Amino acid sequence: MWQSRPGVLGWVMTTDHKRIGLLYFWTTLVLFGAGGAEALIIRTQLIQPNQHVVGPSVYDQLFTMHGITMIFFFIIPMTTGAFGNYLLPLMLGARDMAFPRMNALSFWIFLASGIFIYTSLFLGIAPNAGWFNYVPLSNAKFDPGHAIDFYCLGIIFNGISSSLTAANFIVTILKMRAPGMSFNRMPLFCFAFLAASWGLLFALPSLTADTIFLFLDRNVGTHFFDVAKGGSTLLWQHLFWIFGHPEVYILIVPAFGIATEIIPAFTQRRVVAFPLVAVAELLVVFIGFGVWAHHMFATGMPTITVVFFAAATGVVVIPSTIQVFAWCMTFITGNARFKTPLLFIAGFIFMFVAGGLTGIMFLAVPFDQQVTDTYFVIAHFHYIIFGAAVFPIFGGMYFWFPKVTGKLYFELPGQISFWLIFLGTNLLFFPMHIVGLEGMPRRNYTYPAGLGWGPENLAETIGSYITTVGIVVLLANLVVSWFRGLPAGPDPWHGATLEWTIPSPPPEYNFAVIPKVSSAYANWDYADREEDRRKLAEGVMVLEQGHEQPVSSPVDGWWAEIVEMPHDSPWPIVLALAISIVFILLLLHLWMGFCFALAGIVLALLGWHGEEPQESEA
Amino acid sequence: MALLLLTLAGCGGSQNTLAPHSHAATDIANLFWVMMAVAFGGLALITGLLVLAWVRRGRRGFGADPDDPHPGERPGWFVVVGMGVVFPLVVIVALFIVANGAIINVTQAPAASSTAMTVDAVGHQWYWAFRYPGTKAVTAGELHIPVRTRVNLVATTADVIHSFWVPELNRKVDTIPGRQNRILLYANRPGIYRGQCAEYCGLQHAHMGMLVFVQSRAAFRAWLRKQAAPAAAPATPLARRGERVFLDGPCSSCHAIRGTSASGFVGPDLTHLASRNTLAGVTIPNRRDYLARWIVDSQHFKPGNQMPNFHLSRAQLGALVAYLEGLR
Repeated sequence: MWQSRPGVLGWVMTTDHKRIGLLYFWTTLVLFGAGGAEALIIRTQLIQPNQHVVGPSVYDQLFTMHGITMIFFFIIPMTTGAFGNYLLPLMLGARDMAFPRMNALSFWIFLASGIFIYTSLFLGIAPNAGWFNYVPLSNAKFDPGHAIDFYCLGIIFNGISSSLTAANFIVTILKMRAPGMSFNRMPLFCFAFLAASWGLLFALPSLTADTIFLFLDRNVGTHFFDVAKGGSTLLWQHLFWIFGHPEVYILIVPAFGIATEIIPAFTQRRVVAFPLVAVAELLVVFIGFGVWAHHMFATGMPTITVVFFAAATGVVVIPSTIQVFAWCMTFITGNARFKTPLLFIAGFIFMFVAGGLTGIMFLAVPFDQQVTDTYFVIAHFHYIIFGAAVFPIFGGMYFWFPKVTGKLYFELPGQISFWLIFLGTNLLFFPMHIVGLEGMPRRNYTYPAGLGWGPENLAETIGSYITTVGIVVLLANLVVSWFRGLPAGPDPWHGATLEWTIPSPPPEYNFAVIPKVSSAYANWDYADREEDRRKLAEGVMVLEQGHEQPVSSPVDGWWAEIVEMPHDSPWPIVLALAISIVFILLLLHLWMGFCFALAGIVLALLGWHGEEPQESEA
Repeated sequence: MALLLLTLAGCGGSQNTLAPHSHAATDIANLFWVMMAVAFGGLALITGLLVLAWVRRGRRGFGADPDDPHPGERPGWFVVVGMGVVFPLVVIVALFIVANGAIINVTQAPAASSTAMTVDAVGHQWYWAFRYPGTKAVTAGELHIPVRTRVNLVATTADVIHSFWVPELNRKVDTIPGRQNRILLYANRPGIYRGQCAEYCGLQHAHMGMLVFVQSRAAFRAWLRKQAAPAAAPATPLARRGERVFLDGPCSSCHAIRGTSASGFVGPDLTHLASRNTLAGVTIPNRRDYLARWIVDSQHFKPGNQMPNFHLSRAQLGALVAYLEGLR
């Protein structure tokens, strides 16, 4: 009943959250490679003063694409798309996402948007105004050609995918929980993804509006950002950062979620102060919506505005400090086993605290205005984004590798990869603090000798090479383990949540019997698991009649109804193709064709709704 | 190329935020040192907790009672609330008051009546132009101010967003189209201070430097008088031929030389070019060989800059350089 089609067609038409998660995983890994290669070229160019590895035009495209790639095409799709898709239904005790076909649609749109924006790089006309793309530098006068159009359309295109994913996650988390999983019994991982999804859903419209305005300014002749005609250049910055700051938390909160799963598994202890941590995960995203203007302290805003946003920036620290101490206390009061995943989480806490402490410095407005747009800021947010978002991603790769593949990874190479990455990133990012304080601005394709910036830059570049080696060791370890690893069994770590109650790799239907949940650490509730086994033997709660799945009530997570889930479908990829054609025609300014292509989207939607699943009779 | 630019290091000026030469920059630097000490303390605390967990690895955690399914939950809560809420709040409020209550008064725009003079800094792709309101003086890349004098710096832009930043004297301020942003420029002692555009502004953002020459008040007054005067007439026959090359050729369509018919406004004002130490946004020294090479091959030094390479005959170039070198 839940079997996928065999072969490539099975993957193209799949609506299985696990397959979609894996598709996301491989795609984002390729894009991570691209973004990493861009970073390595940047670091090689800056290894010493006055180098000529690349010229300014290529350099500008590289750092712009590096930022866009790592944020929109690596971390968001890796955390939400890959980890969220694969794991959320497993942790919630569900058989699939709430909207399986929409889930497939968001993957295919994501893939198409990645190909779309990388086409620009291969054509040598990639976006080149930085990832925050300030006007007027990015308007038609100062940046003619297609580079910025690729940016605007690529961001909107990618945003559709992220919005669909976010909406799907919210409904899945609210409605697809196993019977008994009320909010106080929901794993912290799910709280984190709920917070990140709300954040995405509310932050993205601001960016979408911003990029639509810019596209119209560039191509239709509107004047949203044209000061001479009554527009405002700062409007771009406000709209961008209203998205851009919540975005930072959208990047790291899922990583918090990963950490809050790995820590209990390797300390065999529930996270200390569970309710505070759950609330903190939600609060950090909520308060994160009120701090955007701290990216704009140097733009000459009135003192009262500046001070207000500095105060808000101080408040947003608190949910993070709550979580840091909760994690540390769980380490100490538990029985810590420092396997590779936990090492990455310990490294993550160190990096996050280091980056967070420099972040607190930015609420001192005069200091912010002194070091903003220097390498000090680069150091700060790479400690956050690499340290606090990517470290847990790496830890999570190791942690759930046995669940996904059914094999154990090799521990020693795992620990080696951690130390290489940990030392490499600190050598890469720590000297950036110093060189920033010494006055080196960001986004310079080269720098003069004689200002004393050479040694730091050399160290940073060496650090980037060491980090790369560490990542290669990590990936090689996982690939070799996939073929040669020992069988893992269903639960190699004695993990806390429901995904460890089922075989590795999980069957298509995830749970043979709909599990009973009476705490957030369901796998440690032995009586419940015993009851599940009894029910399976008796054939109770197995829903074997159809492609079925129970739906829960949003708050107390109790049994509400049973729905028939959709089967594999060709329409998600067809609709994604139709949407891609629309964006290509917009890029080429073929307005008539654009109108016809819109009709294509309508046709694909009609086809989609032609095969609605029938109401269950049960 | 590397060798050529090495020589420029001698042009002087560093831009180190931790080597302050004004009240504002000193306050910011001191604030940083305090924050850094506290931050290292915080990082050491967290690292200590993680190391403690590592030392005690494989043993049952703190909180003793083996029957307790959640050992140490109560002390854990105390630490999370105490260290995670109360302690950071106290630190943040203290930092907020010191930085945004006190120091900010020195670094925000100065009150209009509190300054002795005004300088306009205009960002261009990719150089800084400086004007002294009330006089005709215009210069580029190099700003002169009198020592221990409160200068009202007004930052604007001719094109995209730039950011005026001389870290040893004060924090930075962006130039926003349609707006005038102001900061206080003040220096404790004479010297040369380097600055650089800090907001990404296109291809040659990296080569948009500036030097601030802080002079005694008398020396500054003499300098300003000279800068305000029109250009010196060419003194030699060679320089006169050079002036014709400049005025009849494409140069005058982009550059101004006060006292002649050249009044372009795309490139820097060259009225007193020879009085400057550097060229092209503090990219190369202002010496005859560099100047000549810049005119024929500026794209070598600053690829993408708005000045095309000019194909001049040897004689024309020699005359042009002689003329420009006379613009003291």
